[in-house]
Amino acid sequence: MSEHLILRVVIKFLIPFIFLFALYVQAHGDYGPGGGFQAGIIFSVGFILYGMIFGLQRLRRVVPPHLILALMAFGLLLYTGVGFATILLGGTFLDYGYLSHDTVHGHHYGIFLIELGVGITVASVMIAIYQTFTARAEETTDENVGTG
Amino acid sequence: MIFSNLAALQVVVPLIGAPLCTLFGRGILAWALSTAVTWFAFAVSISLLMQVLCCGTINYVMGGWLAPWGIEYRVDHLSALVLLLITGVASAVMPFAYQSVAREIPREKHRLFYTAYLLTFTGLLGMVITGDAFNAFVFMEISSLSAYVLIALGKNRRALYASFQYLVLGTIGATFFVIGVGLLYMITGTLNMVDLSERLSGQHDSRVFLAAVGFLVVGLSLKLALFPLHLWLPNSYAYAPSVVTVLLAATGTKVAVYLLLRFIFTVLQVNQQPDLLPVVDLLFPLALIGMFAGSIVAIYQTDVKRLLAYSSIAQMGYILLGISMASERGLIGAIVHVFNHGVMKAGLFVAVGAIAVHAGGTSIQNLAGLGRRMPFTMAAFTICALSLIGIPGTVGFVSKWYLVLAALEAGTTRGFIAAIAVVSASLLAIIYVWRVVEVAYFANPSDGEASVAEASWQTQFSLWIFSSSCVAFGLSTGLTAGVARLAAQTLLGIAP
Repeated sequence: MSEHLILRVVIKFLIPFIFLFALYVQAHGDYGPGGGFQAGIIFSVGFILYGMIFGLQRLRRVVPPHLILALMAFGLLLYTGVGFATILLGGTFLDYGYLSHDTVHGHHYGIFLIELGVGITVASVMIAIYQTFTARAEETTDENVGTG
Repeated sequence: MIFSNLAALQVVVPLIGAPLCTLFGRGILAWALSTAVTWFAFAVSISLLMQVLCCGTINYVMGGWLAPWGIEYRVDHLSALVLLLITGVASAVMPFAYQSVAREIPREKHRLFYTAYLLTFTGLLGMVITGDAFNAFVFMEISSLSAYVLIALGKNRRALYASFQYLVLGTIGATFFVIGVGLLYMITGTLNMVDLSERLSGQHDSRVFLAAVGFLVVGLSLKLALFPLHLWLPNSYAYAPSVVTVLLAATGTKVAVYLLLRFIFTVLQVNQQPDLLPVVDLLFPLALIGMFAGSIVAIYQTDVKRLLAYSSIAQMGYILLGISMASERGLIGAIVHVFNHGVMKAGLFVAVGAIAVHAGGTSIQNLAGLGRRMPFTMAAFTICALSLIGIPGTVGFVSKWYLVLAALEAGTTRGFIAAIAVVSASLLAIIYVWRVVEVAYFANPSDGEASVAEASWQTQFSLWIFSSSCVAFGLSTGLTAGVARLAAQTLLGIAP
């Protein structure tokens, strides 16, 4: 798709706004509609668009698969780590109140970190799914070229 | 601090172990980490059981939100016993996994294999420990999705098809389950199991309620491979990597049985509602057919893994037969058999895994003469196989004893039929087990198998843990039958 000049320019222009909107949805999740899951999906859309226009090879250079795998694990680890921290601080699992001297602040930190963990994992899983599927598609088209 | 949070740690530690395995599990580290996590979980489940036995049910409040609103973890006798089974099997199989995974899974996939293994483990534990109906669904999805991945990692390409078949049927089962939970939520507005049972009393004639019960029972029956819904099971067990077969055969279906017991007795309180008894009556004929159909098909199998898979379907029949009696003895029989069958099937599948590695395959011909070439492995296999038949002194005898007692105690024609069925299905078990044992001990090995050597000490270690517990729990029934009795009394609402 590399010949689509308009798409290439527009996508390059759009991607920063997509990321910014994702971060807004991420941070806004405490009080309004939004949260880690939605933000993660939107964030991954930036990368997927990039991959669709510039090809899998360049997307892999931006986000290599081993980094994606590490981020997936890191997001889950952040989530469970917060829960584990509240246990160590004397509460029950995911009892955010213990994260700070002030219970309300504790809840802020807790929700923020957990949603961040969800966001990171969802975004990286989405990118991983895209990379996996397109890798298969490219393999089969290559085969077709060879046999046809 | 640790002790007040044991219920959470039971699930959280494997859940933390899974991403750590992905991040740092290079080389042998993935195996070491999984071993540490599973053995820690085993220790936690032992202390949970001790806590339940001394001080009664444990309620753990997640995140400080109290029970009907927040998610509650609830450990009573039944869940403590099933937790002990899951953690026991998952940890005892780890020494065997070291060699078996190295042989069956490509090296670069080891850490992802152990990640999926720990996630399945997390999901199974979560389904048992949670007191929240929807949370149980979430854990069911965690365990199922990672189990599909594990099955698909099997060496044979047919593993992909088996995994896909299980994915389709397992998803239907889980969907039915969540529809049932959703309908119950529609009637009551709550998801907490204890709260559900209180709010449901007096609402048993509504059509929504009956639909909910139907969806729940069918969904869980698919997950536990009740006779006409068992089609996913033989292929999944036969083509999955050996370690995965051990874990799933010993614990996967058992956890679905646990949820069925939970919903039928704790949530719906079938035994106190005469108009709901048809639900368990329906299980009776299906259990009987399953016992015979599974055993008869097992007799004709030429692959030992498939033979044992069909035997699992038959054994599920015994468990559901106990549940369908809805009496104290019947439930003791069912619960004890959940535990006992888990232990013996784990042993049998570890032995078959060792045979696959050392004798080059799992078809019955591969076993020729193994009684001399792999004496220790075959001895352990034979002990577990005898316990599958139900020879006195092994665990199989204990559970069948309770089932026959319960059947005769009922004093009805149905009970009489059940008693005869348990005994005659055991005779069928002798046939399919003896075919294997006979080939192993009395057939002459072909020339190509002269080089077959005994399994490594790690495999022997796993194997003998299972086969010696077959004998130990068969002779001393204090732990299994004792806890099962308390669990059955709690389920039926009888004060002990």
